[in-house]
Order: sequence, then C-alpha cells, then structure tokens
Amino acid sequence: MSVVGDAASNLGAARAQMGLSLGWHIVFACLGVGFPALILIAEWRGIHGDADAMRLARTWAKVAGVLFAVGAVSGTILSFEMGILWPRLMGEFGAVFGLPFALEGFAFFIEAIFLGIYLHAWDRLSPMRHLASGIPVAIAGVASAFFVVTANSWMNDPQGFTMVNGRVTDPQPLVAMFNKATPVETIHMILAAFMVTGFLVASVYAAGRLRGRSDRYHRVGLILPLIVATVITPAQIVVGDIAAREVADNQPIKLAAMEGIGATEAGAGEHIGGIFINGQLQFAIVLPHMLAFLAKGDPNATVVGLDSVPAADRPQAVTLIHLSFDTMVGIGFLLLGLGIWMLVRWIRRRGPPTSRWFLRAALVAGPGAVVAMECGWITTEVGRQPWIVYNVMRTSDAVNPAPGLYWGLVVLVIVYTGLTAVTLFVLRRIKKANVNADVNANANVSV
Amino acid sequence: MLANVVLGFLWGGITAYVLLAGADFGAGFWDLLAGSATGGVDKRRRIAESIGPVWEANHVWLIFALVVTWTGFPSVFAAIASTLYIPLTAVAIGIILRGSAFAFRGAVTGLSLQRPFGAAFAASSVVTPFFLGTVAGAIASGRVPLGIAQGNVISSWLNPTSILGGALAVEVSAYLAAVYLTRDCQRDNERGLALYFRRRALVMGVITGLTALLGIVVLHSDASRLFTGLTHRGLPLVLASVVFGSLSLVLLVLQRFVAIRITAALAVIAVLWAWGLAQYPDVLAGEVTVSSAAAPDQTLLFLVVSLSIGSAILIPSLVLLYSLFQSAPAKPSQLSSR
Ligand code: HDD
Ligand code: HEM
Ligand code: HEM
Repeated sequence: MSVVGDAASNLGAARAQMGLSLGWHIVFACLGVGFPALILIAEWRGIHGDADAMRLARTWAKVAGVLFAVGAVSGTILSFEMGILWPRLMGEFGAVFGLPFALEGFAFFIEAIFLGIYLHAWDRLSPMRHLASGIPVAIAGVASAFFVVTANSWMNDPQGFTMVNGRVTDPQPLVAMFNKATPVETIHMILAAFMVTGFLVASVYAAGRLRGRSDRYHRVGLILPLIVATVITPAQIVVGDIAAREVADNQPIKLAAMEGIGATEAGAGEHIGGIFINGQLQFAIVLPHMLAFLAKGDPNATVVGLDSVPAADRPQAVTLIHLSFDTMVGIGFLLLGLGIWMLVRWIRRRGPPTSRWFLRAALVAGPGAVVAMECGWITTEVGRQPWIVYNVMRTSDAVNPAPGLYWGLVVLVIVYTGLTAVTLFVLRRIKKANVNADVNANANVSV
Repeated sequence: MLANVVLGFLWGGITAYVLLAGADFGAGFWDLLAGSATGGVDKRRRIAESIGPVWEANHVWLIFALVVTWTGFPSVFAAIASTLYIPLTAVAIGIILRGSAFAFRGAVTGLSLQRPFGAAFAASSVVTPFFLGTVAGAIASGRVPLGIAQGNVISSWLNPTSILGGALAVEVSAYLAAVYLTRDCQRDNERGLALYFRRRALVMGVITGLTALLGIVVLHSDASRLFTGLTHRGLPLVLASVVFGSLSLVLLVLQRFVAIRITAALAVIAVLWAWGLAQYPDVLAGEVTVSSAAAPDQTLLFLVVSLSIGSAILIPSLVLLYSLFQSAPAKPSQLSSR
C-alpha cells in the first residue's frame, strides 16, 4: 500500500507538531546552554568561601538535573521528527546539512557525560575537580546550540550544493554550515539562551523576595543571574540589528513580512504594531524612512514588498510574523531598560535596587525573555514559509505523505501538556523542600 | 569504501546503544517487577544508583545513530522514518516519559509521589525497547521500501519478525541489566541483592535463548532472506552467540560476575553483527545496498573525519565516566539515591 495523497492534509498538522516540539524544546535547550555557566560561577564563589553561593550552586545543580533530562529527551523527539515529519528534506539534503547534527551529537555526548559526573560526583571529587568537571558541560551546551543553529541558518540561506534536474549533487557540508546567516543567527541564539537563563532564574528569587524572604541567599540568587543577563542584553540588541540587516539582504520577503510591507516602497517607514489586511498593514504606528535607514543604511533606499513575488511564494501569516518581531524587539528594549534601572540605582545607592517595583519588574523579566525568544523563532520560521529550504524546497514538498500522520500531533499535545504541568510541579517541590531545609537546618547544607 | 567505514561507525554506535542504553531500559524492567512500593525499595534504590549517572550519556548513542544515518545514508533515513512513523513516534514518547519520569522520581521525596513517576519510568522502559525492536524487525525482514512512505504504515512493523524483534529487545535489555546489576551489587557488598539479580539474570538468559530458538522458526517462514543469511554467512557469529550465551549461564551459576559481563555482552554483540553480516551489503534488506544508499564522497569524508576526531574526545570521556562510578564512593552516596 502506498498512499501519497495525504501530503496536503498532513502539512498543517506536521507544521504545528514541529512548532510545538521546537518551541517546547528550546526553553529547556536555553537552560542547557546558559545554566551550567551560572552554576559554575556560583560554585566558584562557594569554593572561595561564600556559603550562600555554594548552597545556590547545589540547589541549581539539582534543578538542572531535572531540566537537562527533559531537554535531552525532548531534543530526541525532534531528531525523530526531522525524519517522521520531513522525510523529503532529510532524504534530499541530509548529505548537505547533516554534518552539524553529527557534530552536535558529540557535543551532546560530552554534555551528558560530564553532567553525569558533575551531578553525581560531589562526594567523589575534590571541590576544584568537581568545578572543573562542569566546564565541559558549559562549553558543550554552547557548542550544541552553535551546531544546530548552523543547520537552521542553512535552511534560511541554503548553499553548498548544486541542483541538477531537481536532484542535489556535489554537497559541500562545510560551505553549507558556514553560510551568510550563520554568524549572526548562532550568536543571537547563544546570547538569547544566556538571557533566558539569567532572567528566569532571577525571576524565581524575585518572587521569593516579594514574599518577604530577603536573606542573603535570596539576594545573591537574584542578583547574580540578573547581572549576567542584563550585561548581555545590549549586546543582544546590537546583534539583533545586524540580524535584521542580514535578513534584509538575503531574505527580503521575510523582512517584508516582519515589517508588514505589502508593496515595494522607496524610503519605507518602520511599522510598529498593526494588522495585515488585504495586502496592507493597518492601524500601525509609522516612523517615516526609519526602516529604509535601519535595513539599508539610507533613508531613501527601496525596501522590497511582499507583492514582488507571486502569492504562492509569500508567507501567509504576515500579522503573526510582524507582531512576533515587534514583540521580540519591544521586550528586548524593556529588558535593556531594566538593566539601566539597575545600573543607575547601583551607582546612586552603591548597591543593588531593592524596591518592590524593581522586584516586580525582575519577576516578569524571566517569562518576558522566554516570550522574546519564542517570538524570534516564530519570526524566523514562519517568516521563511512557504519554504522549508529558502527558495529551494517548499515545506509542502517536504512533508511525509503517510496516512494518519496527524495523530502524532494529538498525542504530542497531550504529552507536552502533561509534561509541562508535571515539570513545574516538580520544580516547585524542589523549591519547597529547599525552603523547609532552610527553616529546619541552619547553615548546614545537605541538599 | 568510505561508505563502509561510515556503516561501521553506525553499526558500532547501534551496538553501544544496545549494550549500554539497553541495560538502562532493562533496569527499568526490573524496577517494574521489583515488588510492592515498600518491599522493592532497596532494589529500586540500587537501580537508580546504577543508572543515574550514566543513562543520559548512554542515551546519546541513539542520537548518534540517527544523525549518522541521516547524514551518511539520507534516503535510507527518510524511508525508515516515513514508513515506520508509528513505532518511531511510540519510541519517542516512550523516551520522553522514561527520561523525565526517572529524573522526576529522583528529585521528589515521599513514596506517594515517587510511585507514579516510578511506574511511568518502568512501563516506558519496557515499551520503548519493544517498539525499537519492531523497527529492527521491519528493516530486517525487508518491509521498508526505499522512497518516501512507500511501505505499509501498519503491517511494516506489525508482523511476526517485528514482534520477535520487539520481544528480543525487551528480553536482551532485561538480561543485560540483571547481569550488570549483579556485579554492581557484588562490588558494593550487597550480597542479598546480588543473588536476587543473579536469579533474574539466569531466568531471563534462558528465556532469551528460548525466544531466539523460536525466532529461527519465525524467520524461516516470515523473513527467508534473513534466515538464509543467518544460516550461511552469519552462521559463525550465530554459533559464537550460542557459545557465549551458554558460557554466561555457566558463569552466572559459578558467580563470576565480572567475567560474565564480558561474555553476556559478547553474546549480544555476536547476534547483532550476525544480523548485519547476514544482510550486508544491503542497508534496507532487499532494497538498497551500502554503496548506492550512501551520500556522496565529500560528505562521507567530512563525516568520517568528524567521527574520528569526535571519538578521540569521546572515548577517554566515557572511560572517565564509567570508571568514576565503578569504585565505591568516598562517602556513601546520598545524591543519586533520592
Ligand atoms: C531573549 C531573546 C531575544 C531578544 C531580546 C531579541 N531577540 Fe532577536 N531572536 C531571538 C531572540 C531574541 C531568537 C529566538 O534567538 C532568534 C530566532 C532565530 C535566531 O537566530 O534568533 C531571533 C531572531 C531574530 C531575527 C530573525 C533572524 C532570521 O530570521 O534569520 C531578527 C531580525 C532579530 N532577531 C532581531 C532582533 C532585534 C532587532 C532585537 C532588538 C531588540 C532582538 N532581535 C532581540
Ligand atoms: C528551537 C527553536 C525553534 C523554534 C521555536 C522553531 C519554531 C518553528 C515553528 C513555529 C515552525 C512552524 C513554522 C510554520 O509552520 O509556519 C517550525 C518549522 C520548522 N523548523 Fe523551526 N524552530 C526552531 C529552531 C529550528 C532549528 C534549529 C531547526 C533545524 C535545524 C528547525 C527546523 C525546522 C523545520 C524542519 C521546520 C518544518 C518546516 C517549516 O515549517 O519550515 N527549527 N519551527
Ligand atoms: C535553536 C534550537 C536549538 C538549540 C539551541 C538546541 C540546543 C540544545 C541543547 C543545549 C541541548 C542539551 C539540552 C540539555 O542537556 O538540557 C539539546 C538537546 C537536544 N537537542 Fe536541541 N537544540 C535546538 C534545536 C534542536 C533541533 C532542531 C534538534 C533536532 C533536530 C535538536 C535535537 C536535540 C537532541 C537530540 C537533544 C538531546 C541530546 C542529549 O541526549 O543530550 N535540538 N539541544
């Protein structure tokens, strides 16, 4: 039995399933990239006499153990889905862009091996050796983010192969890996991972302080990750700006969707907010000439509109793409503001800010960073549609035509919903157990 | 030539996955059968301590096999994943439930919470290898045609050879786990537990052997190509497996728990490579050979170079991991036992 007629009905479900799985995995992946470094900083301080920092390192390591496990298994699902959902992508282009995944495999090995050692050998290694065993984890996390995003940047800027009669020939994996989108995408992603980790961890302690726990343990737990995250934020905005120009040069239709530009326009303005109806962005705030200037460096430059390509080659969900982009940029600037607030207070009062308003802002910064990161990915992935490999292969041509594929989505929605709830529940239990230990025992740490 | 090197890495990776992660699944099998929540406490603690530090690293062998396949033999990966999407989805869900439930159980305190996580961990430890086994059976019996979704999405994996594959995968995992756990107990002077797992290793060893015998009949009628391959080219390895398998049972009776780790592993390796040899040079039985399925040489070259450099970093790291947890801890370990 060979059924090929199901591709059309499978497409929507497959895209939803991929988006859900990736959107879910990426949160844990960010923590997998950023958390090890944070824990090591705390442990380093702990070894040098800061008992609170040591306690933080111990607690965070325990939390990380849970998060990493969930990250690893959700990533495994993705590897299956690359083939289950997009067999034609892998079948045609595996030889071209498979290499970074193979390299990523080694990064995963190193990460998992040293994580096993780090989490389970507190009492088998001397303090400095134990600290050292965490360093490969931190490096491998960043490396795996780099590798997997090179695969994604290749989908945005495909190169390193020749098409002959619709067949891929002459694959050049290194050329594919180091395409024009690679430098900014990988850096932007890795910085995002550190921001997400820093702001999320800080959120937890901001919540604690708002509930009145203002001992030194909670102060360090707030300020340490917050410093890491706020220092990175300005750099992230600079990289994001470069990313936007890269998109303007190499994926002009995606840029048009991000900005809601229906018709090609000289001296295009920057559009903030709005809804895309009938080929036009409505209700938006327009900053005249800004977009032309930002994207091309010339206020009167021409910015390509969606109408410059046939309707079949344009992304459909323009409003979603545009608002996602705006949301990411907006949150980026809000987080920058948080950093400036902290800096100014620190200089004026010679110490970190403690007001309730600041704590409230720090509390929402974590979820905010996650939202910004997810919006960035929606911009990138939905903005590339209808292409899975930009201008080379359509998503609809890549999808698995096997009958019944959409059931996978149903099952996965149930699994992920349950898993999200249980993960949050378990993390709360760890926190609670920790608070109780705090009340019962005094300084003697046994976590 | 390069294609064969990549195939060698791939089959090596799959072997490592079966021997290492297989045993982690098997440990979950014994967790499932460890008895009541209170009565099984010491067995479950032993299992958690033994696999806690290593299961994530062991699991990566699966990722390794996936990515090497899709880079080195892209069309084969596409054919397998598109036709066998149902068992593969089941595997993926089994993996996510097992990994997260195990981590959750380790992180919470109190029996009422540990019990449901433990149950999920144990049940998915049985389901996952079963479905992986059906995938192996589908490929081995030539039910995965080259091309996108060209095979039957149900009968490709719901057939005698696949069921045999599934059953063998569960049994081999359980057998290896019992063998490894026996030695872990002996090392840590847990005499009672060592005998407990030894008994289970013996029983499971016999069951696995009997299933394999039965399998000969199944393959004869359901997968005659494979049967011919196993009884001709693969025969020396099949016999080697029988020898090592029987030797392992003897060593178990004699309580030589270190030596049996080796013979038990060799028995499993022999079976796997017998299959490989029987099917070679086909990667999808009866469908496509190594050389015609392989990616172009440039890709293979990069892959072989990466795999070689990667191995040079990987192997010492793995040795460090396993040796670190093979000696008793300085203080009794508290962390992994929660
Ligand atoms: C904390 C998260 C975060 C923050 C604050 C920002 N970004 Fe971002 N952005 C991401 C997280 C992110 C991301 C999720 O990591 C993406 C998705 C793909 C990628 O490489 O990074 C992304 C993608 C992405 C893209 C699309 C790249 C492509 O499709 O190739 C552009 C143009 C920008 N970003 C631009 C910006 C600008 C101008 C920002 C200024 C405030 C900004 N980002 C802040
Ligand atoms: C982890 C962060 C990522 C998120 C949140 C994300 C999000 C999404 C979303 C929402 C879709 C559906 C797009 C649509 O249907 O319009 C999608 C599709 C897809 N993404 Fe990503 N993505 C991420 C990273 C990656 C990476 C790193 C890769 C590959 C290396 C990748 C490969 C794909 C593929 C193959 C599809 C399906 C085809 C398509 O719709 O273009 N994604 N992703
Ligand atoms: C931008 C997107 C992504 C980033 C930054 C990223 C990064 C990471 C990181 C850091 C880990 C380790 C997780 C941990 O230990 O907590 C991880 C795990 C994993 N990721 Fe992703 N990933 C991304 C997308 C993907 C995609 C698209 C795939 C597959 C196609 C994938 C496959 C995997 C796999 C298989 C694992 C598990 C490895 C293990 O067993 O340790 N990831 N990812």
